Amino acid sequence: MNTQTFLYSLHLADNALILGQRNAEWTGHGPVLEQDIAITNISLDLLGQARNFYQYAAFLFNGFNEEQKKAVDQYIPRLWKKYNRELQEDDLAFLREEQQYLNLLITELPRGDWAQSVLRQFFFSAFQFYLYQQLQNNADQQLAAIAEKSIKEVTYHLRWSGEWVIRLGDGTNESNDRMKNALTDQWMFTGEMFMPEAYELLDVSTIKNSWTKKVDDILSQATLELPKQTWMQSGGKHGKHSEYLGYLLTEMQYLQRTFPNVTW
Amino acid sequence: MNNLIIKYYYGDYGDREAPTGGGIVKTSANEWPLWEVFIRSKQGLDHKHVGSLHAVDAQMAVENARDVYTRRQEGVSIWVVESKYVHASNPDEAESFYEPANDKVYRHPTFYDLPDEVKHM
Repeated sequence: MNTQTFLYSLHLADNALILGQRNAEWTGHGPVLEQDIAITNISLDLLGQARNFYQYAAFLFNGFNEEQKKAVDQYIPRLWKKYNRELQEDDLAFLREEQQYLNLLITELPRGDWAQSVLRQFFFSAFQFYLYQQLQNNADQQLAAIAEKSIKEVTYHLRWSGEWVIRLGDGTNESNDRMKNALTDQWMFTGEMFMPEAYELLDVSTIKNSWTKKVDDILSQATLELPKQTWMQSGGKHGKHSEYLGYLLTEMQYLQRTFPNVTW
Repeated sequence: MNNLIIKYYYGDYGDREAPTGGGIVKTSANEWPLWEVFIRSKQGLDHKHVGSLHAVDAQMAVENARDVYTRRQEGVSIWVVESKYVHASNPDEAESFYEPANDKVYRHPTFYDLPDEVKHM
């Protein structure tokens, strides 16, 4: 029960929330009916995971003493302070500003075309899978429980997205071109996942090997080459985000900011 | 005049060639094949037909069926069959196929009186 766990829970929640919001942009625009449903199902799964983590974070915060609350104050939504009530999951999700979010940069990239969405989903789901595998054995009971529940969903996400990467990579010339473009665009965002951050409760550099192996395996089946570039973007994990996040939050938070303290 | 009303059949019949891919639309090279989906619920013994979907191959069809037809815990087991492999009886022959059985009561076990001495039947 400390500030480190609070921040880590927030980071895991933000990852799921922002990617869930991005995938939801496919609603009604999917290339085929069944795939529209598939990706929005994934979006809902991610939102469920986000809820679990936000609830835990809010619970932790409400139990903090004054000193602990001050230590994490830069990540607490200003608007909530006026409401004079306990911190709730929705406040954390919908009332913070860009620099208060701790999600990975790869989750806030635009949805792009289908190739970009499935590739991003593949990179992220592979990361989540190995992360949750480790997190299940963590000392923190609540995080371990959430990881155990979520890994079933993530297993399916990984399978689904991996197969699409293969299908498109090893498909027609056009699909292969689009996958190549997506790979070039997104590769520099994959390094951030393994850069350790102070608040993390496990060493993410340990899952890099499993992740790389999985990615190598799927990409080679998809007849795609790993980009040679080694420089990686970073900053998301400590609140430095790309321009994309601002637009995403504007849409996502519009309702909660227009009607403060609204209930359904 | 003959072509104004065209009846579409589902699947094909053993006795003649029929439209493939579900029979409702002409499948072009760009369209994915149609698959029929059967789901068995947790308490069930048989797979029930719940609908159809498009997919490229069998594995994708199973995954699509999982995404589309098991969202609300409808089932624990999925069967998919390509629609062109479902063979159906011809509705035009329904009369000769099914009506002769109407007045043959002796085909039901309940028609017979068993003597009391027969204990196990």
